[in-house]
Amino acid sequence: METLEQIQSRLAAALPSAKIEILANECAAGERSLLVAAASGFTVAKFLRDDAQLRLDYCSNVTGIDWPDKELTEKTKLKQLVDGVEKEVEEVKKTFRPGYLEVVYHLYSMALKHGPVVLRMRTENRADQTHLPSLTPLWRGAEFQEREVYDLYGVIFDGHPDLRRILMWDEFVGFPMRRDYVAPDDYEYEPTPHDEVLVEAKKHYLVEPKAEVKA
Amino acid sequence: MLESTAMIDEGLKSELQKQGVYVTSLQELYNWGRANSVWPLTFGLACCAIEMMAASMSRFDLARFGAEVFRPSPRQADLMIVAGTVTKKMAPLVVRLYNQMPEPKYVIAMGACAISGGPFKQGYNVLKGIDRYLPVDVAIPGCPPRPEALIHAIMTLQEKIRNQALTGPNRPRHLNADIEGEYPVPAYGQNDLEPPKNSEVWQPPPIQR
Repeated sequence: METLEQIQSRLAAALPSAKIEILANECAAGERSLLVAAASGFTVAKFLRDDAQLRLDYCSNVTGIDWPDKELTEKTKLKQLVDGVEKEVEEVKKTFRPGYLEVVYHLYSMALKHGPVVLRMRTENRADQTHLPSLTPLWRGAEFQEREVYDLYGVIFDGHPDLRRILMWDEFVGFPMRRDYVAPDDYEYEPTPHDEVLVEAKKHYLVEPKAEVKA
Repeated sequence: MLESTAMIDEGLKSELQKQGVYVTSLQELYNWGRANSVWPLTFGLACCAIEMMAASMSRFDLARFGAEVFRPSPRQADLMIVAGTVTKKMAPLVVRLYNQMPEPKYVIAMGACAISGGPFKQGYNVLKGIDRYLPVDVAIPGCPPRPEALIHAIMTLQEKIRNQALTGPNRPRHLNADIEGEYPVPAYGQNDLEPPKNSEVWQPPPIQR
């Protein structure tokens, strides 16, 4: 299969308006991915499916990721003259990264026996602009998985034929797989609480445990 | 008519049996029949159902205990084996299936999930035990319980049926016209089921430290 750079350059030639970026991956597998802007997501995906050299005819997996707002700190070492002596001074640069929701598609070619090509799309933010184009018209198998991403993360897929909740019931409010989802407090007595359950349990203890008297 | 076996002297009973005369009471006969014709509902929710299937197959052979006729319709079944995790989405359907079963009917909660939610107890979408909505007769711990444990649970249930008095306040549900036949089916709420429990069946344990 072509490298991602080759795919990217061919995409840029075929679809000049599309913004495509290659995302590095620092983990051991090093699986890199194509990040596509939401506006051109559908046309890029259609190109990947129909192109004679790629023919990515099988969408094996659709995943959602929640990236909450985060303050990124970048440390750079600078050499400065302090009182006439050269010293290394650390400069901390803080940047605010607004949160977004991300959807990841793993694409394979059954016809040409290659893959995966990892395709990512990101929403504008996590609150009101959570729209992404649905790729179900291209890969029918994405239908239920996109419904699951909608159900648990709240990504709204434009062009999806039947966007409803799939795992939770229709009356459910909220998106439980988001990082900031707070489940309703329905704590019950646990005989041996531990870890997070212990923290939760302590909130419900009526009497504080007596501190040990030290001699 | 339905007098208890206590009316018959045990010593006289065994003495008569040695002479080839079998003395019994209607209650004993009735319960003997009831206990040995328990038909479970073919109904599984998770991995416990695999063990339930294994229990009914040739190696463990549930048929030896008179409870092998798994029925695919609640109208023909009288034992509900809640085998597996009950999600909040599934719980109203489980209660509805129970309501559709004819009396007399029994419930076995099989495995940690059906008893208490098991490893998923802290999850946002799992019911913390089916006993919130249904009267559970026998609970089997285990994750999942082995087929022997299910067989033991069925034998425990049979024991319970055999010892049940047909008259008096503890008489079986189907002989007590005052008992409500149907259990309320919970509705889907915004975060949880409405109501989250049937207070007539279950009360939360007091929080101790």
